[in-house]
Amino acid sequence: MVDVLRANFKRKPFIAFLLVSMAALGACVTGNATRSGSAIDPGANTANANLLMAVNRISWGVNSSTMQHVAKLGLSRYLDEQLFPSRALPPAVADQIAAMSISQQPLVVIVQNMEQRRKDADAIKDDDAKKVAQQAYQAEMSRLAREAATRTLLRAAYSPNQLQEQMVWFWMNHFSVHQGKSNNRAMIGDFEESAIRPYALGKFRDLLAATAFHPAMIRYLDNEQNAANRINENYAREIMELHTMGVGGGYTQHDVQDLARILTGVGVNLGTAMPTVKKELVSQYVRTGLFEFNPNRHDYGNKLFLGEALKGRGLAEVNEAIERLSRHPATARYVSKKLAMFFVSDAPPAQLIERIAATFTGTDGDIAATLRTLFNSAEFTASLGKKFKAPLHYVVSAVRLAYDDKPILNAGPMLNWLNRMGQPMFGRQTPDGYPLGEAAWASPGQMTTRFEIAKAIGSGSAGLFKTDGPQPIEKPAFPQLANALYFGQLQQTLSASTRNALEQAGSAQEWNMLLMSSPEMMYR
Amino acid sequence: MNRRKMLKTSLAAMSALAMSSVSGRLFAVPATSNRLLVVFLRGGYDAANLLIPISSKYYYETRPNIAVPVPGSEANSALMLNADWGLHPTLRESILPLYASGQAAFIPFAGTDDLSRSHFETQDGIELGQPINQSRNYQSGFLNRLAATLSGRGAISFTDQLPIVMQGSVQVANTALRSVAKPAVDARQSALIAAMYRGTLLDQRVTEGFSIRDEVMRELTNEMDAASRSAISAKGFELEARRIAKLMKDKHNIGFVDVGGWDTHVGQGGATGYLAGRFDELGRGLNGFSQEMGSQWRNTVVVVVSEFGRTFRENGNRGTDHGHGTVYWVLGGGIHGNQIAGEQIRLEQKTLFQNRDYPVLNEYRAVFGGLFARMFGLNDAQVEQVFAGVKPRDLGLI
Repeated sequence: MVDVLRANFKRKPFIAFLLVSMAALGACVTGNATRSGSAIDPGANTANANLLMAVNRISWGVNSSTMQHVAKLGLSRYLDEQLFPSRALPPAVADQIAAMSISQQPLVVIVQNMEQRRKDADAIKDDDAKKVAQQAYQAEMSRLAREAATRTLLRAAYSPNQLQEQMVWFWMNHFSVHQGKSNNRAMIGDFEESAIRPYALGKFRDLLAATAFHPAMIRYLDNEQNAANRINENYAREIMELHTMGVGGGYTQHDVQDLARILTGVGVNLGTAMPTVKKELVSQYVRTGLFEFNPNRHDYGNKLFLGEALKGRGLAEVNEAIERLSRHPATARYVSKKLAMFFVSDAPPAQLIERIAATFTGTDGDIAATLRTLFNSAEFTASLGKKFKAPLHYVVSAVRLAYDDKPILNAGPMLNWLNRMGQPMFGRQTPDGYPLGEAAWASPGQMTTRFEIAKAIGSGSAGLFKTDGPQPIEKPAFPQLANALYFGQLQQTLSASTRNALEQAGSAQEWNMLLMSSPEMMYR
Repeated sequence: MNRRKMLKTSLAAMSALAMSSVSGRLFAVPATSNRLLVVFLRGGYDAANLLIPISSKYYYETRPNIAVPVPGSEANSALMLNADWGLHPTLRESILPLYASGQAAFIPFAGTDDLSRSHFETQDGIELGQPINQSRNYQSGFLNRLAATLSGRGAISFTDQLPIVMQGSVQVANTALRSVAKPAVDARQSALIAAMYRGTLLDQRVTEGFSIRDEVMRELTNEMDAASRSAISAKGFELEARRIAKLMKDKHNIGFVDVGGWDTHVGQGGATGYLAGRFDELGRGLNGFSQEMGSQWRNTVVVVVSEFGRTFRENGNRGTDHGHGTVYWVLGGGIHGNQIAGEQIRLEQKTLFQNRDYPVLNEYRAVFGGLFARMFGLNDAQVEQVFAGVKPRDLGLI
């Protein structure tokens, strides 16, 4: 082993580095996949590699502490723990999140404050002063969105509930809301926190309902403009096309029109005043936070939706429509296919989709149960290490591998990398969410950008440990990648070409950069 | 051979290329092929202050603070193009000479039928170039479909991210040229990385990525050398546009770039002021692009678009709000310029769309379809692949 290490690092500055690595080897822990009872091959080395790759897929990326934890539990119990998350965030990360204004103020307060600022700025007579005030308003809006994005990245990188964090992102993308529209920058954090996160591994029906009643979604897809005799079909169409049944799921233009009628009156009220409502309908008025159902705008006629009559009666119609949509077989298939595209392959086999969909239907849309079927499938095991990472997976997995449980102080570099790679947080303009397949991401420009990022991380100079502000604090943070995890498990998964390139590294920085640039690092 | 003939001859060369198999470098295209650069002004620029309706009394009545004065009325007034239209005076040195020599034209009343007046929806809709009011494929932009129709090679987006207009079945490279940092990964490291990918599925993309990066760096070295020989150095969009030309003249036949800063709700100015500064920078950029393209300028067409025009009247903040119809620019060394093209109407209160905006009389997909048909020799079936259900309109610009 020592000879191998010497071959790896021929140059002088490496002696210290080498000693650290060797010391770490003493603490090397290997996984025990045979206890897992999963479909993973129990052969010694293969089992090790498969375990690593399974954890790599279930989580945002492997690191030493996660693999040590899995080695103690075995894969099966780890999967249970991930499907029913209960572990707390590391205190240092929880503290960073608790200090954010989006954690300290409820959505209604944030939005109403921002509304007031916007109105105050608009009321300024002097053009220059107005521009300054408007710029300050815009800067605060961007700061709020950046807090939300930072929170997402911190949780993805450091939460022990890795699967939950992946599912939060998966559903944020499935129910994609663009932060750039209207005042959504002030609402996007709450959309994730209260509409997506609580249901990410729960019942699909609850998730769909929570998104439908959240002001960020209602605004983004224009349902606040949807009223009786002034129909806006946008949200109705996207619910069926993108959120539930999928294109070709069997719904008709009539279903879109009647779902739009069902959704009339579902809107947002940023103020404190109640709109004028006809006396006989006042009891039907609903206001929860910023959500508003305005019966004056609702079409109370009877509808025909998905082949069945639906009695016109107000907001209860929306709940009934959500029931029908979440229990529709097309929804089971469409959601299962997307889960399989995220966790198995870009073009998952039809048989697998059918089996996952059967669990989805059989458990009334229980997401954790559906995922268990997926993870226990032979197709899942066979696909390990073959799914190209989207930019977010690349960035988070790189930071996790490089820094393990050491919390970053500044997510700014990660956000910039995501921008450069074309996957800005909450930045998908169209409602379809970012694509899940390799074709969208593995472009020539993207690869070159990833190597630049690999170099920034590998050299320890990326700025992840440097705070913002006039007097920035910077902590030394050289990533220790040539560690026990590498020599005990990761190395076995690398090709001869990758190992050969690593052996030619002239410095620890360069070795890190090459590992982060390797083909193996691009796949999960 | 005059420029227009040249353009036609190169069409023949293009179709010959489409039939032969392209080997070697992924982005290599022959030096004679026609080139298209689409410049997207994001934010909805105020077209009425770019191409000024100088014969419209109503324009001057409804823009008391921001109208550009009638030609000749003051030192800084609109530049007359014909009896009805004038050009913003800040473009005197950059765009007017191109217009006068037949290398620039404008298409007023251009745009989309999308009525959302939302930046995002309208930009997305234009970039997708698919019929509205039906299910769209969000991963198929019209320039990508054009690239697919033209043998699938040579498209590049000069942006940080691959915009919707360039997304689709064809692999399109992207590299932002606004600010270019020297790559941190050096040549030796690049070689080590490339070696790791040899024989993998990503091999060619990794090699291609390095090669575009190196190409950009080579062009920049020349730029820096030129600067050190005390040439006037360009900045802002002019710098970016000149860099784009350097890349497009050799290897790329379809380019895209976007320019922001046009959403002028407040204090936009008239003959001078904020918007004038934006026009100035854009004009210098496009002129610089034409110069930098050198002998290839005659085979090049630049189309400047924006998601919508703005309200015809000024608002209460000496700015303008989101409108509908806009003005497209068409520039190129071989075009029939020196004209205001497409269907037009007199601008009065009663001819405004919804009593506030320019109407759209020249639907953009038909206009682009017509341009593509002439530029690239596309037949109706090929235009149909780019813009389904659209009858191309030939405005006689090429």
